[in-house]
Amino acid sequence: MFDKLQNSRNALGLIFMMPAAILLVLFLTYPLGLGVWLGFTDAKVGRAGEWVGFENYVFLATDSVTQLALFNTLFYTTIASVLKFFLGLWLALLLNRNLRLKSFFRAVILLPYIVPTALSAIAFWWLFDAQFSVISWVLVKMGIIDTYIDFLGSPWNARFSVIAANVWRGVPFVAITLLAGLQTISPSYYEASAIDGATPWQQFRYVTLPLLTPIIAVVMTFSVLFTFTDFQLIYVITRGGPLNATHLMATLSFQRAISGGALGEGAAISIAMVPFLLAAIMFSYFGLQRRVWQQGGGDK
Amino acid sequence: MASVTIQAVKKRFGATDILHGVDISIADGSFTVLVGPSGCGKSTLLRMIAGLEEITDGEIRIGDKRVNDLPPKERDIAMVFQNYALYPHMTVRDNMAFSLMLAKEDQATIDSKVGRAAEILALGALLDRYPRQLSGGQRQRVAMGRAIVRDPQVFLFDEPLSNLDAKLRVAMRSEIKELHQRLKTTSIYVTHDQIEAMTMGDKIVVMRDGRIEQTGSPLDLYDHPANQFVAGFIGSPSMNFLPGTLRRSGDALRVELSDGTQLDAPQQVGGMDGQPIIFGTRPEHLRLVSSDGARGAIPSRVVVMEPSGMDTFVACRHEGVDLAAIFRERHDFAPGSTIHLQPDMSCAHLFHAETGQRLAA
Ligand SMILES: Nc1ncnc2c1ncn2[C@@H]1O[C@H](COP(=O)(O)OP(=O)(O)OP(=O)(O)O)[C@@H](O)[C@H]1O
Ligand SMILES: [Mg+2]
Repeated sequence: MFDKLQNSRNALGLIFMMPAAILLVLFLTYPLGLGVWLGFTDAKVGRAGEWVGFENYVFLATDSVTQLALFNTLFYTTIASVLKFFLGLWLALLLNRNLRLKSFFRAVILLPYIVPTALSAIAFWWLFDAQFSVISWVLVKMGIIDTYIDFLGSPWNARFSVIAANVWRGVPFVAITLLAGLQTISPSYYEASAIDGATPWQQFRYVTLPLLTPIIAVVMTFSVLFTFTDFQLIYVITRGGPLNATHLMATLSFQRAISGGALGEGAAISIAMVPFLLAAIMFSYFGLQRRVWQQGGGDK
Repeated sequence: MASVTIQAVKKRFGATDILHGVDISIADGSFTVLVGPSGCGKSTLLRMIAGLEEITDGEIRIGDKRVNDLPPKERDIAMVFQNYALYPHMTVRDNMAFSLMLAKEDQATIDSKVGRAAEILALGALLDRYPRQLSGGQRQRVAMGRAIVRDPQVFLFDEPLSNLDAKLRVAMRSEIKELHQRLKTTSIYVTHDQIEAMTMGDKIVVMRDGRIEQTGSPLDLYDHPANQFVAGFIGSPSMNFLPGTLRRSGDALRVELSDGTQLDAPQQVGGMDGQPIIFGTRPEHLRLVSSDGARGAIPSRVVVMEPSGMDTFVACRHEGVDLAAIFRERHDFAPGSTIHLQPDMSCAHLFHAETGQRLAA
């Protein structure tokens, strides 16, 4: 009996899968399921809720703060991701050259990524402070501006400020991953294209970019997911203010559910993010699908 | 088409000298093979001609033009890489059309040039495939197709056949040679395989450690190797070398082997009486003679017999030195038995024992 079990690949497979499956159910499915359930109730802190159907969602759809948070989230994600992509790609290309002190620069570039988010958020909070901002101080000293910039005081300033913090924090991940991708491209393609008459720009356009696309798709999917669900930076720097101008879905959900006690409503906001995240994943799934040229042998 | 002139070319990587002054002149339309053991600098030299490596010192001219400072694309050359370097994300057609597209040729010209190359190389049915979907030999042909659509002055090949299996290598060898006879474009071909060099080249340049050992036609190198290195490198199975002493008495010249065997050396070579030399003889220049009374025969103990059907290869040992012989006839010697081998002294090679240089006539 035991022998038979050992010989059966399927049974063994099942046994090896169990721990992972149990962990997944426990720590992933359960909270998610609970979230979905809560979203359909009017639960408050300290009071089990009753089933209210789509009431939470109907309310949120007309709630102006939620609408603003959705807009903020989309704006924040789009601008930050685009900036992270271009900056990251530029840095990766730069680091891929034969610079002196190459490994030093590669290490330095990772710094923002290894500092705990909350810590870097506090640093940014100082940088953006209305009275003690170093940025304002430098600009004033250089004579470029007269009065200190109120980074976090007005809605649009605040939005761009938190985007800047997010980009700073997220660029290393993009840059290092793309750099790893660049290093998988064989130098002989560059030599062959140099002989074929390609200029550096044409080499980038026709060799680097197409060969890098699969990695760009992966790294940007993750980048978009992380940005869309960002919480820590906003929570430390602005707490969603001023006038909810920097509230993201995640921070709003937290505020409604935990600070405000409306568990059902908060859960509903969180669940409302899921379709967007799914869309991003689907997008990258199709973008990532192995292209014909990546597949091995055989006829088409 | 153009000639290529390489003059006193040196290459240094950091503090290491890789090429120590190389001179080669390559005639317009010829097929020149650079051959030598691994690490001797063949690829480096080829890449310097292509413009992929800087030239530390000396001069390279393609046609009348000095190309030292020209980027690869302005040298009008095409190169076939050892790993082919086909762009994986482009179809065979796009791989071949890439250089033409960059040169802003119009679509009709591109189509006709790619079509012609595909026809020459029998790639017509594969034009819409990606490199991953091709066999090694097909990839090799696409790499050549990419080179010939450009109709360059010079083709450069860096060990293009080394990734193929033995049979395909032989087939592609003649395919490349045929292509050259058809297009007559000056070609420079790098290989470490002396058989490839012998069968393909009009002219062979043998290199070792960043220096040229000898330059000449294949048969020239085979019949008159300038030194022991070339003699041992060219030819398969390779030449036998036996230590000996030169004996001169009057007009007669003899080679005395370490066991006292006397060999008549009819050719007029320089060298003094009593000078230690290396006597070289190719396996096919050894004749089997009966044991007793044969003059100038080397007694050898049979180690291994390797009959191939067409000929019989016999590995022997004489005075602790390996000696190989190859016979057209079939033989069956018992391992351990002694046979007598008589070298054809009209094809003997005598080398200086220390410098390895051929003793001058
Ligand atoms: N970029 C480099 N930096 C330092 N040394 C190098 C570099 N490229 C090549 N070399 C050295 O130059 C020498 C010649 O290299 P090369 O590639 O020309 O050899 P090769 O004759 O083509 O050998 P093989 O038959 O193995 O291809 C080698 O000793 C190699 O280590
Ligand atoms: Mg090489």
